[in-house]
Amino acid sequence: MSAAPTTAPARTRRTVTPDSTRLWGLMAEFDSPEAIFTAAERTRDAGYRWWDCCTPFPVHGLDKAMGIKPTILPILVFFAGATGVVIGILLQWFTNGTSFDVWALVWVRGYDYIISGKPMSSVPAWAPVIFELMVLFAALTTVGLMLLLNGLPRLYHPTLKSARFARATNDRFFLVVEARDPRFSLAKTEAFLNDLNPLSLERLEA
Amino acid sequence: MTTLPIDNTIEDPLHRPPLVLNHDNFTSVTEEICHVNESPKPPMAWYVTLGIAGALAGMLGVLIMYLIVTGVGVWGNQNPVMWGFPIVNFVFWVGIGHAGTLISAILFLFRQRWRTAINRFAEAMTIFAVICAGMFPGIHIGRVWVAYWLFPIPNQMDMWPQFRSPLLWDVFAVGTYFTVSLLFWYVGMIPDLATLRDRASNRIKAIAYGFFSLGWRGSTRHWHRYERAYLLLAALATPLVLSVHSVVSFDFAVAQLPGWHTTIFPPYFVAGAIFGGFAMVMTLAIPARELWGLKNFITMRHLENMNKIILLTGSIVGYAYAMEFFIAWYSAAPYEGFAFINRASGQHWWAYAIMITCNVVAPQLFWSKRLRTNLWVMFVVVMMVNIGMWFERFVIVLSLEQDFLPSSWAYFKPTWVDLGMLAGSFGLFLTLFLLFIRYLPVIAIAEVKAIMPEANPHPHGHGAGHGPDHGVGDTEVDA
Repeated sequence: MSAAPTTAPARTRRTVTPDSTRLWGLMAEFDSPEAIFTAAERTRDAGYRWWDCCTPFPVHGLDKAMGIKPTILPILVFFAGATGVVIGILLQWFTNGTSFDVWALVWVRGYDYIISGKPMSSVPAWAPVIFELMVLFAALTTVGLMLLLNGLPRLYHPTLKSARFARATNDRFFLVVEARDPRFSLAKTEAFLNDLNPLSLERLEA
Repeated sequence: MTTLPIDNTIEDPLHRPPLVLNHDNFTSVTEEICHVNESPKPPMAWYVTLGIAGALAGMLGVLIMYLIVTGVGVWGNQNPVMWGFPIVNFVFWVGIGHAGTLISAILFLFRQRWRTAINRFAEAMTIFAVICAGMFPGIHIGRVWVAYWLFPIPNQMDMWPQFRSPLLWDVFAVGTYFTVSLLFWYVGMIPDLATLRDRASNRIKAIAYGFFSLGWRGSTRHWHRYERAYLLLAALATPLVLSVHSVVSFDFAVAQLPGWHTTIFPPYFVAGAIFGGFAMVMTLAIPARELWGLKNFITMRHLENMNKIILLTGSIVGYAYAMEFFIAWYSAAPYEGFAFINRASGQHWWAYAIMITCNVVAPQLFWSKRLRTNLWVMFVVVMMVNIGMWFERFVIVLSLEQDFLPSSWAYFKPTWVDLGMLAGSFGLFLTLFLLFIRYLPVIAIAEVKAIMPEANPHPHGHGAGHGPDHGVGDTEVDA
């Protein structure tokens, strides 16, 4: 398949039957949140580890049914917010309350001056900027790390090559088991997925 | 797209009112929302409005060039009304943005599921309003070419911003607000951009939507982090939105001027911002749902709920107007008293009268259910609120007109450049909004699907309280 399949128009996508050397995984299609939920519970109980459910919207409780551990994201975001607070304090203290030299790409010097008789380090007046920098750092980290941990942006993924999979962002629910799973065997996994009564079952090439 | 007469504004504590009408499957929801982007041609009204709005935006560009080349003297700003129209427009536009964040963040934290149909374009409105807002201080500084002095950029002059000034807090507040709003809007849009990517009819669309959807494939492992990130953004944006207009109000309240130097300003400004912002959401939503047939998603219940918020915040604003007067009298400060009596009966009494009529009196019509569910009545009221909220800022800024030195008192008159720039900012705002409607998912497709009863993975009972007419969610409440 040429070019980046993520951007390939739906009509040029084709259903391929890969030979076993290029097999990436198996994909079962379901038509309701209820069906994918049951299928996910059974796949989890069967002991698979490298598998996933792709749905048009977050199906409530499906992450727990799949046994996904809570993400570390909030903890990292907390530290990002704390960094913003520290930077907010240091920035305002250095620029308005001191007069020593620091190298920040160029040598710069703080400029201590008094405004309306307030102390050099008038912390209450710093509060708004400290708060805004806390929010800014935390928000940028939230989005950046969410994408990073999710492995996005990603130009290519085996599922996106499937013509059927185009409906994963519309009205269909897909369960994918990857070939790298230690329990994966083409015959047995195929039989297992068939047993879940999918609408279709497809082999995906890497 | 026929709309059956389903009245979902009826309050029945035993049943959740449907928030998506005439749809019982996800396929038709995708089709109907994507139709806005995928129909070969938008309605004629789109071309007409875009033409007018684009012309006004172009005029704004020309006027800004004229201003930069000539100097700020082209405005009506004078001593003592140094701020004039630019700050009035700035506060007006930045306030408009607040409704978008309220809908996307605060209503999300409160589990108000009706927000899903309106959050996307309310957030878009926020971004475009903040662009219009940020422009005015940017061109008001006089020497536009040194606008970067607003930021603490290391420089050989050892020159730093003055962090004890509310005007600098504003730079950080509005800058952060724009960034976070943009992130919130974009993150929410990623799954819907993937939907448009997977339905793209030609290669250009597929590449464009494919690029911005970042290879999203709806993995549950991704959704898990995505939902958590969305919640975090909502939790961060909630105090942020309250802080932004508080900081804007500090521009006035920290100054030692009668009529400005009051502690009521931050809450009163925030309430006013939400009030004016909701009016703008309604102004855009009412025509948009008619033109693009989105009545199944933006239902009468959504409009009614927004009208209730307009009534509430309008009444808070009315209370603040009254309380300002009370405190002016109670403080027994003669200058404070003069400032307020002058506002209501001085040379700009007519601006004050417009403000009271539009902001306090007009929304009171919404006490009647018949009036707040009538499209024509609500459209007239929200237009009045838009006008009234602009005049509120005009009235506040013009407290400068009669300062401590009677010899400098004068009648503030805007110039044609002032008026042209105000009209031009509306043109810019509408141009961006119309392009957004045509090319980006105008309703949060994935979110709307998730609140449909069909999205419940346990439709046939699974503990008490879950029936077939319930959507997903544990403790969600509908308003």
